[in-house]
Amino acid sequence: MIAFLKRYEGLWLFVHSPAAIMAAVVAVVILVGAVLAPWIALVNPYDLSSFSLFDGLLPPVWEDGSNPKFLLGTDDQGRDMISSILYGARLSLVIGIAALTIAAVLGVGLGLAAGYYGGRFDAIVMRIADVQLALPAILTALLIDGIARGILPAAIQQDLRVAVLTLAIALSLWVNFARTARASTFVQMNKEYVQAAIMMGQRPSRVMFVHILPNILGPLLVIMTVDLASAILLEATLSFLGIGLPADSPSLGTLIRIGMQFLLSGEWWILWIPTLFLVALVVSINILGDFLRDVFNPRLR
Amino acid sequence: MLTIKDLAVKFPSRFGDVSAIEDVDMTIAPGEIHGLVGESGAGKSTVGAAVIGLLSTPGYIAGGELTLGDTDLRSLSEQEAHAIRGDRISMIFQDPQTSLNPLMTIEDQLVETIQAHSDVSQGAAVKRAVDLLEEIGIDNAATRIKAYPHQFSGGMRQRVVIALAICTDPELIIADEPTTALDVAVQSQVLDLIRRLAKDRQIAFMLITHDIGVIAQIADRVTVMRKGRVMETGDTEQVLSRPTHPYTRALMDAVPPLDHRITRFRTPTDAETAPPGSIPDNAAERWLLEGQQHELLGLTLDGIHLSFPGTRTSIWRKPDPFVALQDINLTIRPGSIMGLVGESGSGKSTLAKAITGLIAPTSGTMFLGDNVLPAGRARKRNDPSRQLIQMVFQDPYSSLNSRHRIGDILSEPLWLYGFVNDAAERRSLAAAMLELVGMAPDAIDKYPHQFSGGQRQRVAVARALLARPRFLICDEPTSALDVSIQAEILNLLKDLQSVFGLTILFISHNLAVVRQMSDDIAVLRNGKIEEIGSTEGMFERPQADYTKKLLALTPVMPRTWQV
Amino acid sequence: MVYFILKRLVQSVFVMLAVAFLAFSLFRFVGDPITQMTGVETSVADQERLREELGLNDAFLLQFGRFTADILQGDFGYSYRTRQPVAQMIADRIPATLELGLVALLISLIVGIPAGVYTALKPRGFATQAILMTTLVGVSIPTFVIGIMLIFIFGVQLGWLPTFGRGGTVQIGGWESSLFTIEGWRALLLPALTLGVYQLTLTMRLVRAEMMEVMRTDYIRFAMARGVPMKKLHYKHALANTMVPVITIIGLQFGGVIAFSIVTESVFQWPGMGLLFLESIRFVDIPVMGVYLVVIAFFFVLVNLLVDLLYVAIDPRLRVRDVQ
Repeated sequence: MIAFLKRYEGLWLFVHSPAAIMAAVVAVVILVGAVLAPWIALVNPYDLSSFSLFDGLLPPVWEDGSNPKFLLGTDDQGRDMISSILYGARLSLVIGIAALTIAAVLGVGLGLAAGYYGGRFDAIVMRIADVQLALPAILTALLIDGIARGILPAAIQQDLRVAVLTLAIALSLWVNFARTARASTFVQMNKEYVQAAIMMGQRPSRVMFVHILPNILGPLLVIMTVDLASAILLEATLSFLGIGLPADSPSLGTLIRIGMQFLLSGEWWILWIPTLFLVALVVSINILGDFLRDVFNPRLR
Repeated sequence: MLTIKDLAVKFPSRFGDVSAIEDVDMTIAPGEIHGLVGESGAGKSTVGAAVIGLLSTPGYIAGGELTLGDTDLRSLSEQEAHAIRGDRISMIFQDPQTSLNPLMTIEDQLVETIQAHSDVSQGAAVKRAVDLLEEIGIDNAATRIKAYPHQFSGGMRQRVVIALAICTDPELIIADEPTTALDVAVQSQVLDLIRRLAKDRQIAFMLITHDIGVIAQIADRVTVMRKGRVMETGDTEQVLSRPTHPYTRALMDAVPPLDHRITRFRTPTDAETAPPGSIPDNAAERWLLEGQQHELLGLTLDGIHLSFPGTRTSIWRKPDPFVALQDINLTIRPGSIMGLVGESGSGKSTLAKAITGLIAPTSGTMFLGDNVLPAGRARKRNDPSRQLIQMVFQDPYSSLNSRHRIGDILSEPLWLYGFVNDAAERRSLAAAMLELVGMAPDAIDKYPHQFSGGQRQRVAVARALLARPRFLICDEPTSALDVSIQAEILNLLKDLQSVFGLTILFISHNLAVVRQMSDDIAVLRNGKIEEIGSTEGMFERPQADYTKKLLALTPVMPRTWQV
Repeated sequence: MVYFILKRLVQSVFVMLAVAFLAFSLFRFVGDPITQMTGVETSVADQERLREELGLNDAFLLQFGRFTADILQGDFGYSYRTRQPVAQMIADRIPATLELGLVALLISLIVGIPAGVYTALKPRGFATQAILMTTLVGVSIPTFVIGIMLIFIFGVQLGWLPTFGRGGTVQIGGWESSLFTIEGWRALLLPALTLGVYQLTLTMRLVRAEMMEVMRTDYIRFAMARGVPMKKLHYKHALANTMVPVITIIGLQFGGVIAFSIVTESVFQWPGMGLLFLESIRFVDIPVMGVYLVVIAFFFVLVNLLVDLLYVAIDPRLRVRDVQ
């Protein structure tokens, strides 16, 4: 019984944490909506023929002058807000998850190897990490974006925006993974099971990935959720600054930037509804991250 | 003076309250050292925490009486209880390395404590603190008091901790494993100090420990606990020499004697296991015996030196290297057990790591049988010694990968060394091996955390054996285990050694355990071998002064008490 | 101790060199500096001459050495866009960003540390849960959204505070400060709050986590068992030990404050370095980008060196040598 509970403690805690459940529901709903966007959205915001200027600036249904077809209203171009948000969230999530995957593979790989081999290799990786730390995430991302503008010919810049943005975010996040993986690996290296494996003559790759990696997944998972939130925020921020994605392929950040034009006019929904969505998404991810941290570090409960 | 009656402590959990201790009765008179002994999970620390009112949250006292003099400790408010702490009841923790605030000088910590409980001037408080440190055996107390905790050695720190505990003249001190983290010599000094304080100042001590030797040496009376309940209580001599409760008797049987050798430990009949050899025709046993390509294999260390580069603290000076081992010459006879004893930091584990190739000696040669044993990185991954030398580690909670199933852990040596290429065959062999070390074969699909420390150590032994080793290093294999479990594991190791003709290097800080296990013995101190010879010879006629001192200071039960 | 500081100094120099190298590579390889500096009408021969004059044909390391030497002398080159010396452009903008960052940092420390201590000491209280939930939402709202909300509420709806620019500034020895006029403070308040909120949540959570960890240590339990007064226990023993790791991380975060001021400056049109950097990115003004990078890294390194000194002051284990 006790063993069973220990094993599924995370699940038990989850069922008894209303905040975590709610966060999971919100995150899953947004995720599913984003994945299914092309099938469930009313209009395709990328396709000019699917919406009409005549539907422009309609308020949400609960306000006067609304059209029940557009539940949360439309923007100045006549795009349905819900559709824009679904497509926007789709793009934000694709970029966020792709960037996170690159950052995790790079960071965990380097951190694990640095912790395992130690010595000079570790010193080099950590010095690179130091430099990266001196240039905070948003700066790195902006910089890579700027470089891409300088290097790439204008013609293909537009096509590569998503890739550049993803890479920029990935490169600004890998340090978190590398440092966490390295620190955890150092702890594991002193454990006797690792010494036993090395002593027996097992291959370094096996010791790293089969023995150590499963034991450091906990803290990495926490970093992963927290950094997914960071990646989404970073993408939104870059797009908001007008550096990220152009207005014709709007992510959540771009939608907010567009909405800013309506800050002083009456069309509040164009700004605040995408904002609310973005915040809801990030809050849920952060709540889940917090929950995971509690599960893996019970002493802070 | 301290009276505990029917004390019960509970910890609320998701499934109702869990009882930590129940029906605990105890009295301690002024000047009395009252031993509270038991294995892990007995609830002895909980008793101490309940008395001083520092139960870890969310634990609470569910019933019973706690009185100190004529004060009812249970009726006190939070503030009153805090005022009594330090003033009338104080506490000593196990690890002096962590019990002092690293950012404050000893003086600040002492003065603050004195002033918290009596209205004295700064100057008077400092004077009292200095006097106290001198009384407790710290030289140059007037200058040393200005130092920070990290500037004291472990033993000195524990003295400072004791000074802090007695600086307000408490009536009762709860000492929770006060000497467990200390070396034998320091331990004996600290125990003397406790005895002196009890006598001179009439302080009552509740001495919580797992070490029967410590109890035998200084406790006036003793209470034996098990699983949250009191088993037996009485005068130390009476309880230890004529135990009435079967549990106490079993416990006493499991304690390895220092002054003579016994062939096997008597373990409680309800032990989870049968001794090996009692399983007829075990597949793993057959497999192991079949595979012995080598005769008995000895190990020779010839002039081993090992030093680490020191940590650099200055730009001008090259750091002095830290010398871990110097001029180690050691021959372990084929098929024998060599005991290696020494205090912490003597280089025992470093020696083990050098033999296993985890670190390289600075100079010297190692021989396995007649072949040179490559050192450190020079030892290839496929060097035959990787298979011939196996190790059983100290901490069974860390030596098994908690994310792997027992079956996977045990199969690893089988495929790694190319013994068995068929997965199903590996599995059945692993199951048979589990049986051989006294575990149920169905453990194979479970994870390490589903087992107790003793069971895990059996799995660790099984893993080592499945490599078909000829040489086994046991690095403090039982020091993380309770004494009754220790007895079982030691019996197991003895049996396996005799069946499979293993050569064993048995490392321990516990002299009594080494006496029971080894044929020969080497005493290590500061990286040098002080004495080497046959076990019986050394225990009966120690030559080196250091060995004599160690033997004299190790707390033991008087022989006359032994059952 | 001297060794510890020197070691950190060497590490800092390494970081600075690496960043300078990055800036140099940017300058050298992102686009051709010559085509950027000259117009279309310049002949190929003239371009080649200029290239030779500027030493762009020299060995790579020599060029880098010259670049570093120039930087050390305060010569940061010229902007492609405005043709002005970059050093002057940045210097004009530094006060605005530094004041913004400093006030934001102060806000985050003054609110964040007490809140962290409170939530650590009363982990089960209602107020704690409320604070924790608020901060969780706090870290999840992007800085620019916080800025927009503040502008919307205090600027647009209530009309209390200005929504852009620095307001009244005073020249003090070449330093253009907004800290000495009411107008200046009014203009500073919203941007500093925007920048500070995120930092505040991080500081609070960090202090809380470290403090809870410290409260569980043996020396705190021992101090408790000796009856050390609770106030002393919390604020002298526990808080001091909490601050040791917290200081390091706050030092690391200062770089983040400066970097995030890019966003804040953009939202409030605050004329600081961040805004300059954004413009330089938009126009691929490589020299400005490179220098901004070097300046940011310099602040980061400087703050962390100060933190190391503070560390030595707090922790005797670094200050006092082992006697035994």
